[in-house]
Amino acid sequence: MKTPALLALALLAASLHASAQDAAGTPQQSPAPASGTTQVKLCDNKTTVQVPKDAPKTREEGQKISDSLMAQWKAANPGKDWVQAEVEAHQVVTPEDNSKLVGTGQSSTYGTVTQQDVQVWNNETYKMAVYGSTVFHSSDELGSDIAVSCDMCHPRAANTHPETYPKFQPQLGRVALLRDMINWCIEHPVRGKVLAPDDPKMRALEAYILAQRKGVPLDYGKR
Amino acid sequence: MSHDLSDDMNDKLKIPHIRSVETRHLEEREALFRGLRNLDRRAFLKASGGAAAAAVAAGVTYPFHSFLPINVAYADESGAAQGFNFAYISDSHLYVKKTNERFVRQLLRAVDDVNSLDPQPDFVLYGGDLAQLGRREELDMGAQILKSLKAPVHMMAGEHDWYYDIGEHWNTLFGPEHYSFDHKGVHFVVLMSVHEKDFWSARGMSPAERMHTVAGLDNAVQSAFEVGAPQREWLKQDLDKVSASTPVIVFSHSPLYKLYRPWNFWTDDAEDVQAILQRFDHVTVLHGHTHQVLTNRIGNIQFHGMLSTAWPWPYAPQGLPALTVQMNRPNPFDANDGLGDGSVAVHPDGLVDKLYNLWNRNPMQVKASYLSSGGKSDIPVAPTLSSY
Repeated sequence: MKTPALLALALLAASLHASAQDAAGTPQQSPAPASGTTQVKLCDNKTTVQVPKDAPKTREEGQKISDSLMAQWKAANPGKDWVQAEVEAHQVVTPEDNSKLVGTGQSSTYGTVTQQDVQVWNNETYKMAVYGSTVFHSSDELGSDIAVSCDMCHPRAANTHPETYPKFQPQLGRVALLRDMINWCIEHPVRGKVLAPDDPKMRALEAYILAQRKGVPLDYGKR
Repeated sequence: MSHDLSDDMNDKLKIPHIRSVETRHLEEREALFRGLRNLDRRAFLKASGGAAAAAVAAGVTYPFHSFLPINVAYADESGAAQGFNFAYISDSHLYVKKTNERFVRQLLRAVDDVNSLDPQPDFVLYGGDLAQLGRREELDMGAQILKSLKAPVHMMAGEHDWYYDIGEHWNTLFGPEHYSFDHKGVHFVVLMSVHEKDFWSARGMSPAERMHTVAGLDNAVQSAFEVGAPQREWLKQDLDKVSASTPVIVFSHSPLYKLYRPWNFWTDDAEDVQAILQRFDHVTVLHGHTHQVLTNRIGNIQFHGMLSTAWPWPYAPQGLPALTVQMNRPNPFDANDGLGDGSVAVHPDGLVDKLYNLWNRNPMQVKASYLSSGGKSDIPVAPTLSSY
């Protein structure tokens, strides 16, 4: 799965390199290409590799360039396996599998749904829930003054009952959404800093809490 | 407003002292408990019925300051040999005070509760997880706080006490992690049920990382809790000298049965331990770790959970024993709801009535007769708000 995409990205980066530099109008930090070589840049716009100009234009050579760039990037980004590490420690319910749509048309702006479409939808959605799990389980991420995190009362998000919101919360004197209760918990039991409704952490917390209740019918207003 | 009234009026109204609703509730509750200890069974039923009738007449659906007794007649009806009481405090999860003073305050509240029991319990069981991250400073502070208990204390270790230095400092402070003693004809055994197979060496974890992993209830990297073969062997030998008719009470941090593996509400070799306890007429197991009212019976063995002073756990989504009557779903707006301590009344036959002293709520009692009858008699009062 990774190699063709990365190869394409690497080659794209190489071909766009010159124009990107001109458009940005700022000097690049990477070393100037040595004479007789071409500089190939990763899509992070930082990682580079020098390729001899007379290198054969083969698939194998392209793969070498791609591998070299990825190896550098991985060495520079030790937290790269955060999704895997988080899921190993804390089970996160996986999103709906949309594989049955593969090969069908009309449901995508770009035509027929491909396996890659389904994979992107799945990966991106799951990643958001997994990020929510890291926040949920970390008093530091939550900014707690007293080293308390959500999972201490809600292991695997148990008893967060997102399906019951919105509902009238007598203790708040108004109708509460899930995010209101998340913020209440962050402010009081956790003693952290409340999050803006569109804060990436708030969005991720909502994603995780909802993911963990997959399959439970919505029942707003339930006490 | 008293400042609008003349002194004369104040005298007429005779307002000696204005007490809050909560203070009045606590006073009523304490008075009731004090009174009940002096009642015989018949008078107890009368008093209890009277209070219930009064509550109904007043239209009280949520007995906020009209304290409804659910419990307590632990005096022996036959008038024969007397049982005894012991108290428990469990799962305080202390951080060092500068990190988190809330959990410290809550343990102090439990110590006050137990110290105000009259008569004093014969001893206090500390149910494990005194510390949160197994640090020396946390354990030292916990030990210091528990020293202010008037009754003698029996300590049990939990996983939060253990996995920073594998029990080194805990052992220094409190002695061996498994031991037994006899008290008024009952044989007590304290187990260390939260041993885990080495998951840390292969991953190259530091002591702090190992502790942090175990400290996450839903962290799947850790192993299952177990008593382990060496300790089971010790248990066998310890019980060899005890006759089958002697009541046995076992303390373990994790429940000595298999409830829900993802949260380690679980002991991996539970069946083996139960088999060792099989030949006794009356066995009771008291466990911590689950932070909730939890009741089970397997054959001759009756199981009771203990409340935490730090935070309540939700009920596990699967595996809840049929005999468990859940405690009320804790109210997140009430910082101490679902927390507490409690006491255990040991009958002359060695079976126990277990009192869950839920802070800010009426207590719940789970009687030996409820378990012995398979849940047919003395059913505890069910909560109004159960788990989702």
